[in-house]
Parts: sequence; structure tokens; C-alpha cells
Amino acid sequence: MKADPSQDVLARVVREHAGRLAASLVSLLGDFSAAEDLVQDAVETALRRWPVEGVPERPDAWLFTVARRRGLDVLRRESNHRAKLARLRRPAPAARDDRLRLIFTCCHPALSRAAQIALTLRVVCGLSAAQIAAAFLVPESTVAQRITRAKRKIGEAAIPYRIPAEQELPQRVNEVLAVIYLLFNEGYLSSTAERAQARDLVDDAEWLAALLANLMPKEPEAAGLLALIRLHRARGAARFDPDGRLVLLADQDRSLWDRQAIEDATALLTRAARAHRRAGPYQLQAAIVACHAEAESFAGTDWAQILVLYDMLLHLAPSPVTRLHRAVALRHVQGPEAALAELEELGQALERYPLLHATRAELLRSLGRREEARRADERALKLTANPAQHALLERRLAWD
Amino acid sequence: MKYVLMFVETEEFAQKLEAMGELEQQAAYAAVGQWFADHADKITHHTHLAPVHTATTVRPGQGEPVVTDGPFVEGKEVVSGFAEVEVADLDEALRIARSWPACPVVEIRPVS
Repeated sequence: MKADPSQDVLARVVREHAGRLAASLVSLLGDFSAAEDLVQDAVETALRRWPVEGVPERPDAWLFTVARRRGLDVLRRESNHRAKLARLRRPAPAARDDRLRLIFTCCHPALSRAAQIALTLRVVCGLSAAQIAAAFLVPESTVAQRITRAKRKIGEAAIPYRIPAEQELPQRVNEVLAVIYLLFNEGYLSSTAERAQARDLVDDAEWLAALLANLMPKEPEAAGLLALIRLHRARGAARFDPDGRLVLLADQDRSLWDRQAIEDATALLTRAARAHRRAGPYQLQAAIVACHAEAESFAGTDWAQILVLYDMLLHLAPSPVTRLHRAVALRHVQGPEAALAELEELGQALERYPLLHATRAELLRSLGRREEARRADERALKLTANPAQHALLERRLAWD
Repeated sequence: MKYVLMFVETEEFAQKLEAMGELEQQAAYAAVGQWFADHADKITHHTHLAPVHTATTVRPGQGEPVVTDGPFVEGKEVVSGFAEVEVADLDEALRIARSWPACPVVEIRPVS
């Protein structure tokens, strides 16, 4: 199949309908693995035929018909599936609950994180093992094996196909959000060299977050994560210079930011926060990014507000990395000495974290302690494996 | 669906239990008793194993089976007992295992 611009459109249509189809087939058949095989079959047929025949008017019905016919073929060969056969003959569209059940099953805590991710991309987003492998730079056989193993465990260990009970729901939603956030970070933070492939993951993460926010309108953290992803994406055009080099927030050309997208995402966040009054880590992170995104200039950033948000975030989800980010805000509110003191306390926990040393270098440089700054930058350079960060640090050392 | 919950003891846990006063120990045992009572309708079978120093391992390989003193894996963590439960699915088995009040590790395995 040759690559053409319609590929993107096809990928979107497939993603939109593969998860829906999987959800309805799993609930029809009660067999996760069989349903998943039927979906993959239908998706592959679509990707082969649509570029030639054009995208059908109702892609979901088309995919369902192909999957159903194939399912009937398979079932006919097995005699003890009469009941399921009868159910397949009466097609029903996937209900909202079916898709949610599907997502929760793919992200069940009894599966490894790697398996949760692979399974979600495969079953909910309709990606092939080859596409998942390319995005994560791992061999296709590894991905295929993970998916096979996960599906076997779902069947043999009887991982239930359902939305978790009320008392379990908060923890299980967090599990799902963590998977989506991880996908987003994997795509967003990947280095420039891998950007072409990585962009797909950011797309998938945004799509999944939107789907979840849509399916769980009473879960403000789902809206928070969606807003967070959209706010980051809205500033995407300014993150790299024309040579593909990473540009720091302070140096970004803010006219390249998508103001409309920023406004929309901020509005989404505000609506969710007002309607539910249940702050969570994703809403707070989104609120911090919104503060940055709404500022006319780096100097005009509302650092005091950002500092308050970081304090709330630390209260809900304490982490040394969050403390490090808070220290950057602290610098703009109380000055570099106060921030530096925070960093010294964090040194132990984040000794091998390149951003700690890079941040320290900046603070030291602003205090005129050039030699120490240089050593801190060199330490950061040694610790980072990310080519974009590498290039940035090297440029900084060269200016010194 | 039947599952076996395997209770895994660690050295640290054994030492903590050892170091407890008599009342504390009684309370710990009572918590275990209560757990069995709470889930009695789901537990089809359970047993506590004698300490690991009583274990003997047989490896019936090629030729004469090899018999050795001790468990099949020497380790700081050992299975100290198990309970078989009959429940709807893994989530229900997980809920029961989460409420286990004693040793710090429980492995859940479906009975095939």
C-alpha cells in the first residue's frame, strides 16, 4: 500500500470505528480475544480496500458487516457456538457502556503497564502491532507477544469485561488516565529525530482522552487530561525551530501559538472544574499550562498563581519532580536564591535527573556563579539521552 | 471460577511477628481468623503449611529422581499457606486478597 495524504484520514476513520466495533463485538460474543481478531481482520480489509474503492458512506456499518461475515464463517466451522451465532445475526451498535468497559478491561491493573498500553492502542484505537512497534521503537514481535499474552490472561484469569464498581472506580479511572498520559508523554517528549513517528501517539492520546471525557462526563479529571493535552499541543508549533531544535518556553515565538485552541481548552477546564469542584492532578497541571499559555510574554506570566497551583498539586500528588518545577516558579516570585535552596534539598532525590542540574545551572548563572553553572550543565549533559535536550545543553555550554 | 490465593511470607514479616508482644500477636491471629470468617462462603479449601525448614524437594528428572532438603527455590519469600476461593472473576478474587490482614504478599492464580 503506497503512502498518500488520505492515509491520515483513513487512520482517523479506522480509529474512530475500530474501538466501537470491538466494544460491540466483545459484548456480543463475550469473548475478548475472538472479538479482537475479528476487528483486526475488518480493519486490515478496510485499509486495503478503502484507498482503492473510497471510504464508504457509513464506515462503521461497513466494518461491522465485514467483521460479522468473518465471524459467521469462523463460528460456522465450530459447532458448539449456536448461541453466539444467533447473537451475531442480530447486529447492535456499541453502546456507551460497551466502549467504557472495553477501555477499563484493556487498562486492568492485573495487566502490566506495557500490556495495558499495547492493548489499548490495538483494541480501542485499532492500531496494528506494526504501528505500535514503530511508535515505541520496539520489535513488532515484542508487541504482538504482549498483546497475545494479555488477551490470554484476560480469558484464563477471568479479568472481567465491565465498568468497575463505584468504590473501585476512582482508582481504576486513574489507571486509565495514567495510560493515556503516558502515551501522550511518550509522543510529546520524544526527540526530534523520532518526531515523525511519535506524532501519532500524541494524536492517539488526545483522541483517547476526548473519548474518555465524552464517555465519563462526570469525571473532571478526564476533562482535565484532555485540556492538558490540548494546551500542550496548541503551543506545538513554537517548540522547535526550523532546524528542528528544541526552543525553551522563555524563547518561544508566542505568535505561533494557536490562541483559539488555547481558549477552547481553557474553557473546557474551567467548565469541568466549576461543575464538579473536585480538583485533581490533571486539572491542576492543565491549569498551570493554561497560566503559561494565556501569558502575553514570558515576563508577563502569572508566577504567583502558578506557585499556588504547584502547592495544591504537591499536596495531592507529592513528587520530587513536581517540587523541581515548583522551584522554577518560586524563582520568579522570590528570586533565584530561594529556588536554589529548594534545589539543594532536592539534590538527593533527583541526583540522576538531568533537568535538576540544568535548572541549577540556570539559577547559578543568573547569580553570576559561572563556573558552578558550567559544571552543573556538564552534569546534565552526561545524564540526558534525549538528543533534543543534548543539543540544547551543548549550545548553552558553547555560549559560556 | 476458582482461584488459589497463595500467602507469601517475607523474612521481615516473620521477624515483625516474632517481635510482637503476646496481646499484639493474638490480635494479629484474630484478624486472620476474622478474614476467614468474613469470606467463609467463598473459601472452598484452605490450609497453613509447616515452616519452610520442613520442606523436601524431589526432581524426578532423567534416571534417579533427585531428592534435596529445602524448598525448590531458596529465598527470603516463601509460600506459607493457601486458600482456594470460588468467585465470579478476578476482580472479586482481588477484592478478597486486598483485605488479607497478615503476610505482605498474596499471589492469585486461577485453578485451571
